[in-house]
Amino acid sequence: MRKTFSKTLTTVIMSVISAVYLTPILIVIINSLKTKTAISASPFSLPDAGTFVGLDNYTRGINFGGYPFLLSALYSLMITVLSTLAILLFTSMAAWYITRVDNLLCRSIYYLCVFSMIVPFQMVMFTLSKVADTLNLGNPLGIVIIYLGFGAGLAIFMFCGFVKSIPREIEEAATIDGCGAIRTFFGIVLPVMKPTLISVCILETMWIWNDFLLPFLVLDIKEYRTIPIHIQYLNGSYGQSDIGAIMALIVLSVIPIVIFYFTCQKHIIKGIMAGAVKG
Amino acid sequence: MLKKILVLSLAALMLLPLFTACGKKADTPSVYYLNFKPEQDTQWKALAKVYSDKTGVPVTVVTAAAGNYEQTLTSEMDKKDAPTLFQVNGPVGLANWKDYCYDFSGSKVLNELTSPDFALTDGEKTLGIAYVLETYGIIYNETLLNKYFNSDFSTVKSVEEINNFEALNTVATEIQANKGALGVDGAFTSAGMDTTSDWRFKTHLANMPIYYEYKAKNITSTDEIEGMYLENYKKVWDMYINNSTVSPTSLASRSVADAESEFKRGRAVFYQNGTWVYDSLKKDASGEGLEDSEFGVLPIYIGVSGEEEQGLCTGSENYWCVNAKASEADILATLDFLYWVVTSEEGTAALAYEMGFVSPFKSAKPAANPLVDIANGYIMSGKTPVSWNFATIPSENWKNGVGTALTQYAAGKGDWKSVESAFVDGWKKEYAAANK
Amino acid sequence: MNKRQLSKYFPVFVLPAFAAFCIGFVYPFFRGIYLSFCAFRTTSDAKWVGLSNYAQVFRDGGFLYSFVFTALFTLVSVLAINLIAFTVAHILTSGIRGANVFRTVFFMPNLIGGVILGYIWQVIFDGILQNYGTNIKLDSRLGFAGLVILLCWQQIGYMMIIYISGLNSIPDHLYEAAKVDGATKWQTLRSVTLPMMMPSITICTFLTLTNSFKLFDQNLALTAGEPGVQVAGETVYQTEMLALNIYNTFYQNMNTRGVGQAKAVVFFLIVAAVGLVQLYLTRSKEVEQ
Repeated sequence: MRKTFSKTLTTVIMSVISAVYLTPILIVIINSLKTKTAISASPFSLPDAGTFVGLDNYTRGINFGGYPFLLSALYSLMITVLSTLAILLFTSMAAWYITRVDNLLCRSIYYLCVFSMIVPFQMVMFTLSKVADTLNLGNPLGIVIIYLGFGAGLAIFMFCGFVKSIPREIEEAATIDGCGAIRTFFGIVLPVMKPTLISVCILETMWIWNDFLLPFLVLDIKEYRTIPIHIQYLNGSYGQSDIGAIMALIVLSVIPIVIFYFTCQKHIIKGIMAGAVKG
Repeated sequence: MLKKILVLSLAALMLLPLFTACGKKADTPSVYYLNFKPEQDTQWKALAKVYSDKTGVPVTVVTAAAGNYEQTLTSEMDKKDAPTLFQVNGPVGLANWKDYCYDFSGSKVLNELTSPDFALTDGEKTLGIAYVLETYGIIYNETLLNKYFNSDFSTVKSVEEINNFEALNTVATEIQANKGALGVDGAFTSAGMDTTSDWRFKTHLANMPIYYEYKAKNITSTDEIEGMYLENYKKVWDMYINNSTVSPTSLASRSVADAESEFKRGRAVFYQNGTWVYDSLKKDASGEGLEDSEFGVLPIYIGVSGEEEQGLCTGSENYWCVNAKASEADILATLDFLYWVVTSEEGTAALAYEMGFVSPFKSAKPAANPLVDIANGYIMSGKTPVSWNFATIPSENWKNGVGTALTQYAAGKGDWKSVESAFVDGWKKEYAAANK
Repeated sequence: MNKRQLSKYFPVFVLPAFAAFCIGFVYPFFRGIYLSFCAFRTTSDAKWVGLSNYAQVFRDGGFLYSFVFTALFTLVSVLAINLIAFTVAHILTSGIRGANVFRTVFFMPNLIGGVILGYIWQVIFDGILQNYGTNIKLDSRLGFAGLVILLCWQQIGYMMIIYISGLNSIPDHLYEAAKVDGATKWQTLRSVTLPMMMPSITICTFLTLTNSFKLFDQNLALTAGEPGVQVAGETVYQTEMLALNIYNTFYQNMNTRGVGQAKAVVFFLIVAAVGLVQLYLTRSKEVEQ
């Protein structure tokens, strides 16, 4: 009796904490419907007749600066999806090879990858942007190679950790059945790696979708913008900062990633758990 | 099988960009303008299109996100298709980029300048051309100010009497003391110190003590500033923050949008800003804002003797530079484009009417902007314009240092000594760092 | 599949990722080290200047200050995030109702990017603090607290999930044995749960440690380093962390780009040292499973 009571009490307390935890997000949504002045004067109040502007902030944000927001969103989506797919495919392959062959070259690559995880972006930002330009990678397809390169470290590290735990017997059985390396990898190894694939997928998706500095330095700004770059443009010089439109675009930019989360929530949780234990 | 196809197509997809862009390198000359002013982004793009349609020369206009111009320029200049036309903010900006600046000497566009004073030079070379002249001061709401003159508590009775700091300060304190009676929240709009607004004080207001010190010493730049007029700087700053719509402690987070909205809704009488804000202050669709006839501008008086003859602050921090490292053909195309902008009917009309610029070119049209008319009025009446000496400030770092010290002083968290230190010691240090 | 057979496949399996890795990391990294010994405006016009950039780094009071600030911030946020995440994970695995909902809620902030997080919290802190006549940019203690709160809000969810998985993987019989021995709750936690959780603790501290140390977007968007104090003509920004200090150095004036690059190398060495020491310390506490 006392136990169930204390459990109910915990649930109640946790509910309150959860509610508080979500307020920042609610505040953004509420403010995205208010006038500029109302946002800075009373950020916590609900919009009333005088301060409610409906979807005005949204239309202003979407049409801002002669660059369509939808195009930025499209580029963001394209870059995120392609880069994540490329990372998943190529680094999982590399990780399997590295772990199984395990010669000097492989070990060097592995340690180089671990090493790259702790290098701050500021250290490579100028050279990276120069390399990208020299190789004509300043477009939504080219930047995929940059993301594959810069994101490879973490991904290979995580995949290697997992491959070590896969019993070799499964693979050897496949070889006896006459499978080549490629068939073995795609038929046997890749399906087993699913949990880690998902956990790498989430990490890379969230990073790339929200990244500002790398695309800002690498992409050809004459033609391409991503959502974070678009939001940065709303802060005008001589101070025409449009906080209402910024709030609206924040809401719009968070929606896709929230949808992504809810559709594969179950896998995501499993993925993080799997990735974590083996890391 | 399906997976194999996926792999192959992904691999192909990744190699694609390596080749597509290689073939693009065009032989036709082109112009790439990295614009500084986000407010005029659309207008520049439209003008570029007119020119391209007319001549077939492609002109690309890109505007850097606010506060990111230096960052954007740095990374763009390192690229193969670097901007052919970019901007510097004055002598200090020029020092950073002069290896990249083409010498305008002998070009047609340089000939169009109304005075050589509007060019940036380095020895014999002319490396930058100012394309817009701007003026700032203390913009006021004439209706509200008249209401004050007609009140029984006012000691100053007409705008002509406000010709020095004493008078201005009296008006400000009396308005503040009777704000209820006048129906305002304060004499001055909030002196916001967030990044959208702090340049009004750490740069534009800071120009006043710099200007008077240069004038007293008869110099145009210095490696060490003495801070002769810092006491005056303090007096003005105190006036701004103590006779304002908001309490001085809340300035750190106030933006220029706040100040603008206070002024537009008639909640404050004075607003330190410049000709470029006319569009955002004029009566808008919702009925907020001022009629053209309601605008007035006062000089920023700081209590220096003889300031009765002082005018508004006029100058430029927008200079065109042509990238000397671009190809010969692109340089010529860029010069042709500039010449067309400052001489053609379409170009001059766009500069004056669309962008609202006062341009220092012979064929420039008068801008459609009552604040500009007021500024011209000061010059006609023989007042001495205050030059924009803030272009000689050694670095952005200096401005930021002064800005943060001003903010803390206003909030009561720091003393005026910090402002002095940031102003004087900071100048010396930053100048030395930038001129090694 | 034996090693010899597989090793022929290097071009298929490793080359694509490795080539991209060279383009995206290896080359820029080494070129970055080279640039730290140069004076440069753009990377194309670099001139060798030897160690003078490094000499300036160690004379830069702001850099040394931000090192101390970053270290302090990292210490506090690593402790706070891990303690809270561990506690929440413990509660959520104790069989309370609605655990899945709570898990989702706590994870949610993780989906939002750093710059946006900064904007959101700025609005919130401004709204609260304006009632007290102050601002997050006016007081370094508030700025410090604000950054810690922001980072906690963002990262607790992720760490919590790692801890939940760790807790779930502890076999029940260990707890039963502890019960039979008459261990108190506290003793069970200390002698059973914590030792078994060391692998999770290792990974969580490593992640939070490097994330806190490298924090940039959130710092720029929330406090931008404010407030600054005057120290002999130099403005030292009191909430400026290392990454932001380096970024600002890059764009300070034409002579400082190489100095910024040298700072970045020093920064990297610090992160590497801290990360390795941490891994060594926690790994040594892990029990063999």
